[in-house]
Amino acid sequence: MSYLYEEYDVVVIGAGHAGCEAALASARLGMKTLIFTVSVDSIAMMPCNPNIGGSSKGHLVREVDALGGEMGKNIDRTFIQTKMLNMSKGPAVHSLRAQADKKDYSNSMRNVLENTENLVIKQGEVAEVIVEDGKVTGVRTTSDAVYPCKAAIMCTGTYLKARCIYGDVSQYTGPNGLSAANHLTECLVNLGIDVRRFKTGTPARVDKRTVDFSKMEEQKGDENIVPFSFTNTPEELQREQASCWLTYTNKETHKIIMDNIDRSPLYSGNIKGTGPRYCPSIEDKVVRFADKERHQVFLEPEGNYTNEMYVGGMSSSLPEDVQYKMYHSVPGLENATIVRNAYAIEYDCINPVQLKASLEFKNISGFFSAGQANGSSGYEEAAAQGIVAGINAALKIKGKEPMILDRSQAYIGVLIDDLITKGTNEPYRMMTSRAEYRLLLRQDNADLRLTKIGHEVGLIDDERYNRLLEKEKLIAQEIERVNNVNIGANKAVQELMERCGSTRLQSGMRMSELIKRPELTYDMLEEIDPDRPELPYEVREQVNISVKYEGYINRQLRQVEQYKKLENKRIPENIDYNNVYSLRKEAVQKLNDLRPASVGQASRISGVSPADISVLLIYLEKM
Amino acid sequence: MYTEKTIAGIASGMGGGIGIIRISGAESLKIAGKIFRTRKNVNTDNGKIKEDAEWDEDIFLKKESHTIHYGYIVDGEYIIDEVMVLLMKAPNSYTKEDVVEIDCHGGPYVVQKILQKVLKSGAKLAEPGEFTKRAFLNGRIDLSQAEAVMKVISSQSDFALNSALKQLEGNVSHYIEEIRQEILHNLGFIEAALDDPEHYDLDEFREELEAAVDSEISKLSELVEKFNDGRMKSEGINTVIVGKPNAGKSSLMNILLDEERAIVTDIAGTTRDVIEETVHLGDIVLKLADTAGIHDTEDVVENIGVDRAKKYVDNADFVIYVVDSSMELDEDDEQIIDILFGKRGVVLLNKSDLDTKVSDMDIREKINWDCIEFSNQTRQGLKVLEEYIQSSFLKGEISYNDQIYLTNIRHKEAVEEAINSLKKVKETLDAMMPEDFLTIDMLDAYKKLGLINGETASEDLVNKIFKDFCMGK
Repeated sequence: MSYLYEEYDVVVIGAGHAGCEAALASARLGMKTLIFTVSVDSIAMMPCNPNIGGSSKGHLVREVDALGGEMGKNIDRTFIQTKMLNMSKGPAVHSLRAQADKKDYSNSMRNVLENTENLVIKQGEVAEVIVEDGKVTGVRTTSDAVYPCKAAIMCTGTYLKARCIYGDVSQYTGPNGLSAANHLTECLVNLGIDVRRFKTGTPARVDKRTVDFSKMEEQKGDENIVPFSFTNTPEELQREQASCWLTYTNKETHKIIMDNIDRSPLYSGNIKGTGPRYCPSIEDKVVRFADKERHQVFLEPEGNYTNEMYVGGMSSSLPEDVQYKMYHSVPGLENATIVRNAYAIEYDCINPVQLKASLEFKNISGFFSAGQANGSSGYEEAAAQGIVAGINAALKIKGKEPMILDRSQAYIGVLIDDLITKGTNEPYRMMTSRAEYRLLLRQDNADLRLTKIGHEVGLIDDERYNRLLEKEKLIAQEIERVNNVNIGANKAVQELMERCGSTRLQSGMRMSELIKRPELTYDMLEEIDPDRPELPYEVREQVNISVKYEGYINRQLRQVEQYKKLENKRIPENIDYNNVYSLRKEAVQKLNDLRPASVGQASRISGVSPADISVLLIYLEKM
Repeated sequence: MYTEKTIAGIASGMGGGIGIIRISGAESLKIAGKIFRTRKNVNTDNGKIKEDAEWDEDIFLKKESHTIHYGYIVDGEYIIDEVMVLLMKAPNSYTKEDVVEIDCHGGPYVVQKILQKVLKSGAKLAEPGEFTKRAFLNGRIDLSQAEAVMKVISSQSDFALNSALKQLEGNVSHYIEEIRQEILHNLGFIEAALDDPEHYDLDEFREELEAAVDSEISKLSELVEKFNDGRMKSEGINTVIVGKPNAGKSSLMNILLDEERAIVTDIAGTTRDVIEETVHLGDIVLKLADTAGIHDTEDVVENIGVDRAKKYVDNADFVIYVVDSSMELDEDDEQIIDILFGKRGVVLLNKSDLDTKVSDMDIREKINWDCIEFSNQTRQGLKVLEEYIQSSFLKGEISYNDQIYLTNIRHKEAVEEAINSLKKVKETLDAMMPEDFLTIDMLDAYKKLGLINGETASEDLVNKIFKDFCMGK
């Protein structure tokens, strides 16, 4: 029998990486918040790779942190190895990645949730989001309890009608045998939401004691630890780091796979969901890149207090016996005990073009959706959407304008705009190449880009905000100074140039010009700069990058100006594209389907031509 | 105020007695000043600028609005044409921006040459309807006119795109696409390595990339040469001569070429199998576009096939149907007439000096085209044919393909911009900048070339990365 439970402002469905950020943001903004999870023990669980960050994903984590989210702080608390990738490349693609102690990560996040004011955790499965007159009024659990609420955020990850598969074994469970959420899909369909089926997978875990590391290359962490969170200092985070290990597949591995490819559910048709191309199973790699003689395999610890190791690069849905042979053909894994088999997982998710940039459904007021349920993949992508949905649910209830980040402000903006404008046919992963203005959207300046917004929203306290203002001031002053300091062609200077492999000065030069030389940096010039003030590393880093890449940065800033012009032209929600004289039919249909919020967004819809945009601009002026 | 780059375009219809080039935008006065000279500065005897004459390029900035200036448009040291320049300063102009109109002596060649000069001096070619669009967005024209503008933009863009694609069928498009794909592949490699640095290594890639960029630049530069020396020029009324064997098509072609000795171009450059003959009839340019076959062999229908002939007719603006009037119309003629329906054209009753068996009326029964009695031998009817084509054109019955010409300029602009971007890639390589800086200009070059083939880039790169490079955990 249905019975009424306590009323909440916001109900979050699912406590994975999206759900946790959404619930925390909402509760911290003063909303009475309830978060549902199928198992309290699985809060912020990492069911696949044991790391956070990496190329472009590290950017997302820092952005979440700059807005006042938890992911960065949580990984800082629980990492067992950390590494800055791409250090030899430009600053735009430097990417932080940390190996997590999975158990620790999950517990630590659970602890934060449990001790957050306004936040209640509840174990249970939501079966229905109750919508009346196009507005969310509550949720109903499978036990028929109704929780009235003003907003609901769907963060169901890979749990909707989840099915795990390897060989001909298939189990209707979520990851790690956790129970799936089998009821909500029907409700979504009834609400008129377009639901699709995606697939992803995970490799086996092996017992560390049975791995022969002498046949592998050790991959150590960086000595110089860089925190994810802008609130932490490297000194606070010093700790002993664990190692990862690199080995390779070989011809034997590939032969085992090819001999059994007909038994793979991916190829036999047993799996129908669309899988990601960037994270292919090993059988996919072997089939699609037949000329490659070997593929990398990374052994990564799952934590400090377990012997399980993640076999990165070898996700699979081949039958157990084939997996057994396949893993054992890899050097170092000959005698490895497989603790958990690799499997593929299929799940329901929504077509994200049904969402606004606030992550609220266009047609259902108060219903938000975030994370893998939106067709993305990855913990970081999920967290990024989670915080946005949580903030916007709260802002909506407070009667405020939503927080929308655009493509020139944040990777989060790129991620959400891609999802809601272009949609996706496979689990969507962030990549730095998706960001047009990536030189501006660096991981090192996420705080300068977003902390003010976080403060305005209410997730960043005054103290942190003031520290940011101080940092901004110091950076600006120092840039101003190096633009005006003249360096003479004296002996000390020439000596330094020689030492740094740079050409001698012909005459005096501005300090800023010297910094622009590829072989020099701001820090290297300290000894010939007697008036240099003492500045913290994060200020010096910004001065160096801003001065060194000034030309490129300015170019991108000009592009952003152009971009903003169309982005700032809002399209009224009630526009009827059928009335827009001279729009091509295809454009009318696409625009009616997607209902973009701005002319800029409209211009990114496939099937809308530049001529259509001109026509639309004129129509909007006329309105 | 809606402000954008300074644009330029041809404001007059093609082929009229006077040509108007309109420039609009903040730079327009400056641009006009660069290419204009007064009477004092030129020597009309040899058509050159006087070497010792001083010139102030900012002349128009200093002149009053709504004034007219007499003088010359020059290209380097040479005069292009004698002109009147009209200044209308913001906001008192059609677009509410600074506008300069250059009135010249007309003739497509001169008009285009001046336009080219304006574009080279810093203006961007106006999109279809762009002047009017600016006028509207700046509040100059009233609301009822807006819909007309929208229609112009959408129809002309479609037309331009279609003509562009029509032109590009064949080798140029393949050639550009190959270069484009090579750029994309290299971009994909860099991005894959940035995304998965533990997997892909860029250490030895710089040299490889430098070589690739060098070769791309040289290939594209060759293409620009071809645009410049006119081998790619394709303005003119697309005209096709059809008729059955021995009706006299080749002779007609030869007569037209012979009469008009003026400009005859063999375009055998990039589109190898197509030979185009250009004929000037007064102000009008006919482009006799045929396969090698059409005028080498006498027989369209048999040797090339009805299908092929149909393709040419479909693409033509104007068709000359040559009938051998000394013989009765037969099945072959029926077949030809079938493919002519819906086209503009004229029927030449050839061999009128012989015994005629086909009359005006016989043709009229089958197709509603005008007939001209003609003789290859005596050249009777040639003048009538010329006048007929000219007057059809001036009445607007045949549309002159200026859009195609403009599209061509756009192509050239795009190729040149792609070259510039690739040169920047080289500079970035030379400056030892990290690889992620290389991709900025590589992507630019890729996008610019995409404009030519009418393709957009948004998802290409991501798809390429996944397709060519094995990524992932």
